Amino acid sequence: MSFFAITRATLAKDIRLEWRSKDAINAMLFFGLLVVVIFSFAFDPTAEESRRIAGGLIWVAFLFAAVVALNQTWARELRNQVLDAYRVSPAAANPLFLAKALGNFIFVCVLEALMTPLFIAFYKLRALGPAWELAPIALLGTWALVINGTFFAAISLRTRSREIMLPLLLFPISIPALLGMVNATTAVLSGEESARFWIALLLAYDVVFTTVSLLLFELVLEAE
Amino acid sequence: MRRGFTLLALATALLLSFALYEALIAAPTEQTMGDVQRIFYYHVPSAWTAFVLFLINFVSSIVYLIRRNPKADILALVSAEVGVVFCTVVIVTGPIWARPVWGIWWAPGDIRLTTTLVLWLIYISYLILRRMSTGGRTPVIAAVVAIFGALDVPLVYFSIWFFRTQHPSPVIGGGGSLDPRMAHVLLINWAAFLCLAWLLSWVRCELEVATRRVDEAQALESLRESSR
Amino acid sequence: MIDAQSSSGIVVADGLIKQFGRFAALRGVTAQFAAGKLYVIVGDNGAGKTTFLRTVAGLAPQTHGKISVLGSSKIKNVRAQIGYMAHPSLLYDEMTGIENLSYFAGLYGLPLSRCREVMAAVKLDPDLERPIGQYSQGMRQRMSLARAILNDPKLLLLDEPFSNVDLRSAHEMVGLLAQMRDRGKTLFVVTHQPGLLESIADEFVWMEAGKITRRTPHLQVPQ
Repeated sequence: MSFFAITRATLAKDIRLEWRSKDAINAMLFFGLLVVVIFSFAFDPTAEESRRIAGGLIWVAFLFAAVVALNQTWARELRNQVLDAYRVSPAAANPLFLAKALGNFIFVCVLEALMTPLFIAFYKLRALGPAWELAPIALLGTWALVINGTFFAAISLRTRSREIMLPLLLFPISIPALLGMVNATTAVLSGEESARFWIALLLAYDVVFTTVSLLLFELVLEAE
Repeated sequence: MRRGFTLLALATALLLSFALYEALIAAPTEQTMGDVQRIFYYHVPSAWTAFVLFLINFVSSIVYLIRRNPKADILALVSAEVGVVFCTVVIVTGPIWARPVWGIWWAPGDIRLTTTLVLWLIYISYLILRRMSTGGRTPVIAAVVAIFGALDVPLVYFSIWFFRTQHPSPVIGGGGSLDPRMAHVLLINWAAFLCLAWLLSWVRCELEVATRRVDEAQALESLRESSR
Repeated sequence: MIDAQSSSGIVVADGLIKQFGRFAALRGVTAQFAAGKLYVIVGDNGAGKTTFLRTVAGLAPQTHGKISVLGSSKIKNVRAQIGYMAHPSLLYDEMTGIENLSYFAGLYGLPLSRCREVMAAVKLDPDLERPIGQYSQGMRQRMSLARAILNDPKLLLLDEPFSNVDLRSAHEMVGLLAQMRDRGKTLFVVTHQPGLLESIADEFVWMEAGKITRRTPHLQVPQ
């Protein structure tokens, strides 16, 4: 079977499993809500201030929510050691990785779509710059978090106390991406500067790490 | 082997003492910053040494993935450990220098210091991963993470570079020409630090080789006992 | 050199050592196994039986030593011809039997009809709507076997296939294994109930503390 057929089959299987068990969805949506509410208590800025800090707040909140989601990525494959069934099959490693990354991408996007209106309401946000630029920023930024997150979650599988290992690996590497997301969002909200450079940086980050992940994932899957 | 080690140890001791004299006494005092500028002779060579060690870590990680030679893995581990030590020196001396000169401990827009801080974080997480990973899979996983970390460095650099253009902040010793006396002292110190790094790595490598030999022997021994 | 080895056996192990940190599960396994036979691997817990099977399956690459499976030292290249049944089920609990199999069949590039075929072979109803999680232990084991033989493997590796299976199902499974052997397949079965296989086994392989200590044509308690 071709690369994309396996990717599609694996993604469809994951969505079906998630739909049936609803393990992560409900808890994650509630977690997202909690994060926004807690942030709104912790910071109560004026409209002017919130434009300056909202980029940082939103992305840090997304980052925390994403880490909890990413930690669930491989949990299903560990139960009954199903991952071994994939590993003994002749299917290549990358379709599995791509399917997991896409699944996480969809999942985190849903989460962000839920949290964003709440942020807008709580912080009275209104963009002074070109608001359409927020769409590519959100998509590229989310992919940046998810691609490395999926990869490092697979690495954490091979460690003790894997839940804590994921953020320890993910956060330092994600610093440039985080700088990109936060500054791009702030640039659009405040309308003072162009977000172009930061979008280009996010794009470069995504291209570099998507390539490396696809090159190296097989080594991680085979390591035992 | 033994003799080479003794010679290196002696050379390091001599170079370090000479470099100390040069940095604290022989080098001219900087006109605006005064004596505090002398920390520069420790700050900058430490940074260069750390970068060299992280480069060695990157290369030996790739070599390990291709050749699967345990020596490459040991070199990767040791260079990261010693690199983190020198990187720590950079991060500690940076603020000590910045405080009297700029009046602040840390400028987030300072590209070199902040990049070094991110490097420090990346390699510490690399070392934690090595501690936490289980079974015989550590070398492969660590090598993979090392490659991710190294590829992140240019992105970190550019992101902070652009961050600075929006949030300007002072830069230490950047640009301009360095007094040739100062450059001379700087290079002597760097040579001394490289020797020290080499010496530390050597000891650490031998320790790691011995540890692994013991582990392997114990692994086989433990089974023999259980079979009795 | 690999070709010379393949003529001497379907699985050839030379000084296999598998080390997990400070523990070695295999401590120098050297053995050759011929094609078309049914081998039963017996030994105490921790003797290295499962690790040996996983090494042959390519799941746990050896630390030292050499192994060649189906004439290749790169097990990855011969995966399409290996079947592996582990102690855990290797199935998704929330999906039905046929859903599970059709996903794995996709990985091998096999049609849906093959899934129905193997389910029939292990005497399970392909149209059963229940998810695997609600199967009885015996049904789950048979389902797990169905997944392992999905690709009609030349080399079939089974880890404790009879655990928690009632006697009737166990005998049915044994019959199926005998059939496969008679069709020229090679089987390795790790089990704590070697008596079940007494009648059809070609050889019993005894493992102790990470080594193969003896190989006997009949089941007998080693001295």
